[in-house]
Amino acid sequence: MTLPDAEDLIAKLAEQIRRDAGPRVALVGIYTGGVWIAERLHQMLGLSTPMGTIDVAFYRDDYKRTGLRAGVRPSDIPFQVEDADIILVDDVLYTGRTIRAALNEIFDYGRPTSIRLAALVDRGGRQLPICPQFVGAEVEIASDQTIELRRDQSGRFNLTLIAGST
Amino acid sequence: MYIQIKNGRLIDPAAGSERAQDLFIADGRIAAVGAAPPAFKPDRVVNASGLAVSPGLVDLSARLREPGLEYKATLESEMQAAVAGGVTSLVCPPDTDPPLDEPGLVEMLKFRARSLDQARVYPLGALTQGLKGERLTEMAELHDAGCVAFGQPGTTMTDNQVLMRSMEYATTFGFAVWLRPQDATLSHGGVAHDGEVATRLGLAGIPVCAETVALSAILILARETGARIHLCRLSSAEGVEMVRQAKRTGMAITSDVSAHHVHFSDRDIGYFDSNCNLIPPLRDMRDRDALRVGLIDGTIDAICSDHTPVDDDAKQLPFAEAEPGATGLELLLPLTLKWAREARVSLPAALARVTTHPLRVLGLPTASITPGEIADLCVFDPEVWWRVEPAVLRSQGKNTPMLGLELQGRVRYTLIGGRIVFDTPS
Amino acid sequence: MNTDLQIGAGGKLQHLLTIEGLPPEILLQILDTARSFVSVTEREVKKVPLLRGKAIFNLFFEPSTRTRTTFEIAAKRLSADVVNLNIATSSQTKGETLLDTVANLTAMHADMFIVRHGESGAAHLIARNVGPHIHVINAGDGRHAHPTQALLDMFTIRHYKGGFNDLRVAIVGDILHSRVARSEIHALTTLGVPEVRVIGPRTLLPRQVQNLGVQVFHDMEAGLKDVDVVMMLRLQHERMNGSLLPSAGEFFKSYGLTPEKLARAKPDAIVMHPGPMNRGVEIDSAVADGRQSVILAQVTFGIAVRMAVMGILAGN
Repeated sequence: MTLPDAEDLIAKLAEQIRRDAGPRVALVGIYTGGVWIAERLHQMLGLSTPMGTIDVAFYRDDYKRTGLRAGVRPSDIPFQVEDADIILVDDVLYTGRTIRAALNEIFDYGRPTSIRLAALVDRGGRQLPICPQFVGAEVEIASDQTIELRRDQSGRFNLTLIAGST
Repeated sequence: MYIQIKNGRLIDPAAGSERAQDLFIADGRIAAVGAAPPAFKPDRVVNASGLAVSPGLVDLSARLREPGLEYKATLESEMQAAVAGGVTSLVCPPDTDPPLDEPGLVEMLKFRARSLDQARVYPLGALTQGLKGERLTEMAELHDAGCVAFGQPGTTMTDNQVLMRSMEYATTFGFAVWLRPQDATLSHGGVAHDGEVATRLGLAGIPVCAETVALSAILILARETGARIHLCRLSSAEGVEMVRQAKRTGMAITSDVSAHHVHFSDRDIGYFDSNCNLIPPLRDMRDRDALRVGLIDGTIDAICSDHTPVDDDAKQLPFAEAEPGATGLELLLPLTLKWAREARVSLPAALARVTTHPLRVLGLPTASITPGEIADLCVFDPEVWWRVEPAVLRSQGKNTPMLGLELQGRVRYTLIGGRIVFDTPS
Repeated sequence: MNTDLQIGAGGKLQHLLTIEGLPPEILLQILDTARSFVSVTEREVKKVPLLRGKAIFNLFFEPSTRTRTTFEIAAKRLSADVVNLNIATSSQTKGETLLDTVANLTAMHADMFIVRHGESGAAHLIARNVGPHIHVINAGDGRHAHPTQALLDMFTIRHYKGGFNDLRVAIVGDILHSRVARSEIHALTTLGVPEVRVIGPRTLLPRQVQNLGVQVFHDMEAGLKDVDVVMMLRLQHERMNGSLLPSAGEFFKSYGLTPEKLARAKPDAIVMHPGPMNRGVEIDSAVADGRQSVILAQVTFGIAVRMAVMGILAGN
């Protein structure tokens, strides 16, 4: 199957957010794909609030099984979370566990007024009651496959299908 | 009892020979070598095919822990260990509790040993009362009670005047003085050889000069007094060289090394293996190699086990808190054989270091496998491999740097005075 | 023998006992992970739920409020349960053996032991005798090692100097008795610092210390010339009265860090000290409180680094 074009999806997301969210909205991207997308969205939407980046490593629910992975990056939220309207940005929405971890992490920074979710691709297979308010595309793939967001030399994004279970 | 030992390889260190011959024993002595004496009817025929037959081992230092230290080991268990190791005579150091500074204690020890009817025990008497290094012991009385020489197993006495006088007194009667060269103040607080390993591990070091400074004092005083000195447990290259030079000048000194020190160095401490906590400390590989050279050229006369049973609790502690010492009676033979193989020394020459040379140090008649000699013998399999594990050791001391490692060479039969005191099925 | 005690199957860290034998990748993983924990300590809720439900036991056989408190804070910020045990060890009052104490605590479902002991090798002994899912962190054993101190010092150096490749580092003072010094030396050489110097009087330098990969200096001014990092060691009072040193005053004269001596180092050199400081013995107040001192930063980073160590170990 062919996956949709990532650049098209980003433009679609930007349009959805522009219509629905106010100018003071704050973006928080989840490493790594979510951060890339949030950076692009931030630029396209010309937002005044600086964007945040989070690595949910310390909030994951699979620590006991897989331990702490290498390459954890520092989370950085440079705006006041208290009373903020946040849009969490991730590349591929699947089981919903990453989002659950991200929600917990954000709440350790303060109490936002609202958190909404923007996902570039929703591949279904949710294991928790999580749903996105902004979606680029819904895609159905086999459970032993993964979708990866990649960025080429020129900064252009594309989606790749990878076979073999994780 | 009449015993025939058949098909064995007789090793005679005194003669330097190795020959395939049968051995015949009667009334506690060797009756004949090679051909049976006329009308010889053996009560027991030992099949020694594939086995070596040598004089029983003479161990210059084995702690039996009696009197006083029975929670560590008992005479029964350690004498069992001795014969299991092929040791038919052993010297027991005076650092018991109380130390062997009273004739009554010595007599008791000899009596107990005799009643067990196993290895011959030669007690080393304390050189000073309580081993405190202050007042002389009644050496003549102790000698009459059975002490074979007099010594200070701990660090060398701090008072050199007492040391000199004790040598003079001993010389009066022709007694030998056994001393361990380790200066008390230079070794104070140290637990390992002062070198790179101790630096890395953060262990307080005992420098080589603790041995050489003490040796220096001992050798000079020995020359002054004419005393016959035996140096116990050399550990350093510099120490060996000092003894070599002294022997060249014709001094009446002998020396020994512990079997563990022939093979191990401070590297074997690894990450704080307290089985390698020994006195003297295991020094570096250069020192170990010098000890091996000293054994070959005769600077070091004998290998001993320095058998020191330590209970497990005392070893399962951080290195510096652990009690020093290793079990050795059952390892003396295989460790000697291992050295012989590695140093390409013949079997008779190697066994001399644990039979005829120790007897010479003790001033006792030499052992040889000739008719008329007392039948103290060790029959062993020189090839069989076995793993050193607590379950297979008869000693109550189960701790040694050899733990978990494999050795070649194991005793099958031990005879003392013509009786089989140790006997394993094949 | 068993360096593999620290590193288990799959190259994962099971215990942190000593820096010696750890590959640079593991050290860097700890430093990188610590960076994330620094950002946690900078926000309002300084906790993460990573070690929730885990029981961490502080086994301090040697008293130390500072180190123990840092570990306690670090463990609590990981949402772990912390139990503090201060165990007196005078040989007169020796009751339970070390291993019996450990066995009893294991029975209370400990997940991790943080051990400080007065004898070298204590942490190794404990690590060899705990069950497979228990991790041991050495918080200082005798003179042997203090790996978390070395790690937080490496973190500090990287924070101020960017990396390790071009540095000259000098460690000054009582190297002989210092577990901090030994761990620092291993960390610096493993991470590729090209020049590591030790400076001290002969009585306070261990035998063959150059074999650890350091240059030996007895003259502090010569030793400090052009260095980028000066690490001062604490001199304990006991050392000053024996036959190792005549007095604190003489030590300070030759080996104390004053502004004049510091001037020999590079102008942007940083001054470090594991604490607690003996002002006027190894370090002058002017330097300790001066602009080149990063001593307070070391303390802050210490919590993040210990969180990283615990976070990595508990998941392995």
